[in-house]
Amino acid sequence: MTTMTETKPKKLAVNNNSSVGSRIFDTLNVVALVGLALITVLPLIYVLAASFATEPEIAARPFFLWPHKIVTEAYEYIFATPTFIRSLLTTVVVTAVGMVVQVMLTFTMAYPLAKRYLPGRALVLNLVIFTMVFTGGMIPTYLVVRDLGLLDSYWALILPLAINPFYLIIVKSFFQELPQALEEAARIDGCNEMGVFFKIVLPLSKPIIATFSLFYAVAIWNDYMSPLLYISDPDKWTLQILVRQLVATDPAAALAQMDRTWVPPEQGVKFAIIVIATLPILFFYPFLQKHFAKGVLIGGVKE
Amino acid sequence: MATDLATPPTAAPKAKKPKRADKVPLGTAVLRYRWLYLMLLPGLAYFVIFKYLPMYGVTIAFQDYLPFLGYSGSPWVGFKHFEQLFSGPDFTRLLANTLILAALHILFVFTAPVIVALMLNELRVNILKRSIQSLIYIPHFLSWTIVAALTYVLFAADFGVIAAWMRDLLGDTTKIDYMAQEQWFREIVIMQQLWKMTGWGTIIYLAALAGVDPNLYEAARMDGASRFRQLWHVTLPAIRPTVVVMAILASGNLLDSGFEQIWLMTTSLNREVAEVFDTYVYYAGVQNGNFSYSTAVGLFKGVAGVILIFGSNWLAKRMGQRGLF
Repeated sequence: MTTMTETKPKKLAVNNNSSVGSRIFDTLNVVALVGLALITVLPLIYVLAASFATEPEIAARPFFLWPHKIVTEAYEYIFATPTFIRSLLTTVVVTAVGMVVQVMLTFTMAYPLAKRYLPGRALVLNLVIFTMVFTGGMIPTYLVVRDLGLLDSYWALILPLAINPFYLIIVKSFFQELPQALEEAARIDGCNEMGVFFKIVLPLSKPIIATFSLFYAVAIWNDYMSPLLYISDPDKWTLQILVRQLVATDPAAALAQMDRTWVPPEQGVKFAIIVIATLPILFFYPFLQKHFAKGVLIGGVKE
Repeated sequence: MATDLATPPTAAPKAKKPKRADKVPLGTAVLRYRWLYLMLLPGLAYFVIFKYLPMYGVTIAFQDYLPFLGYSGSPWVGFKHFEQLFSGPDFTRLLANTLILAALHILFVFTAPVIVALMLNELRVNILKRSIQSLIYIPHFLSWTIVAALTYVLFAADFGVIAAWMRDLLGDTTKIDYMAQEQWFREIVIMQQLWKMTGWGTIIYLAALAGVDPNLYEAARMDGASRFRQLWHVTLPAIRPTVVVMAILASGNLLDSGFEQIWLMTTSLNREVAEVFDTYVYYAGVQNGNFSYSTAVGLFKGVAGVILIFGSNWLAKRMGQRGLF
């Protein structure tokens, strides 16, 4: 992001900005964009504030960015319920394992696809690109997952999404850009392609591995469709399903299932579960942001 | 020696293109590049199992698929399910709902990033520009579940902020449950998409804008071009190819309403306007077990998507643009 934004504003700085119209435009432009940024973040800040507010305050105050009285009863309730702990653990483990599987599969497949001299490469590449235009659809995929015996298995949340074809092609383009001299040297030293990949190529790819690990992790963490399709056992609920249950579907029933002995702060719990499911994403966001523009760009330019 | 065999032809003199000059028999190639093929295998297995097996699986759209008879044993029924879909009572409603959402999407959600990118491009203060960018990209990374949950708590009839504001604004004291209202469904869905997608959508256009040669602006200014003229004659032509490519891609997704978002926003009270092809497939297939019929619905959608993307690509080329492929 930084490199590409820096060239343009300089020409604006030397621009002849004496015109009144130009200044009015600039002012309105800044106001509109700041407004847009506020619309983006204010709901999130409100949810965070409300998650620490008392039930009467949530009901009485229409909008606030800081609660009158800070209480943590919603979080205490959530963290004391086994359903939540189980779904949090499930989601964390599935995300971590899934991320590793996806990154390994994507990178090992991208490497041979980056070798222009490999016979059959074009065919495989076309097979991959075709899946970006046409897919069998939800039901045939569901039936494949079912026939593999993966219904109600955590693998169903990982394997059907194991390789994102867009990411695969971006990584392939990245490998093509790598200087070939190092790989050559390793081959001359007696390394086979597998050795070259693990000893030379992967260490050179650390930043891009980090980028796609995060992208894949975010995708699994946020996935709602796969658990909806493939998981029916409430004991295997992921966090996103729990959010859905608590906020929209049937809060009372979901809460009753969570803990019958304790009267929950009903509205506070909704805000708190949103915060909990969002927080990891926001925590990793600065790292994501550092890399994503570059990744998106390579993908946009090549092929 | 094995290492010699593993050495790719790029090591040879670079005089000729190794790609074509090196036609070798399949067996030799497999042996020479065995490690590369081995690395290709797991990924290829993924695409075969989870992408191409389901493509073969669409054949059940032409069968009365019964799980215990399988793909090969279930009776063939030709286009029965397609006839049922096209003549059934649901089709016009589904098509209308899907197309109205798609039209609203193109009108607002597709255009918003172009406009915001142009606005960001005119910002002079770099730090402000970067801060705004950092903030408006955030919603892209939040799940639809979270977006839906935010909508629920903001629009909730009893304590929702926006519901309260709307009451003040309209001077209405009745508590409207926006989630259960047919007439608010599309507005809310488009608002959600704008919130989640606008910021992220600007990236690709900002990249195109960053590639513009500053000398072009210099030259335009020398010729006395105002800022508006610069925008019209330099900036807009610079992003036109990107807009075309994005439009072609978007046209392929015209019937894709986004399953997660629509499903999350559908309630028993707004189903009449909320149900689209994507959610209908899930409803008919997974929930009601009509695998063949729902596969037919999905196949209709998929084929229409392919036709749309090739059609719009052809159209873009006819209109003198570069197109996607």
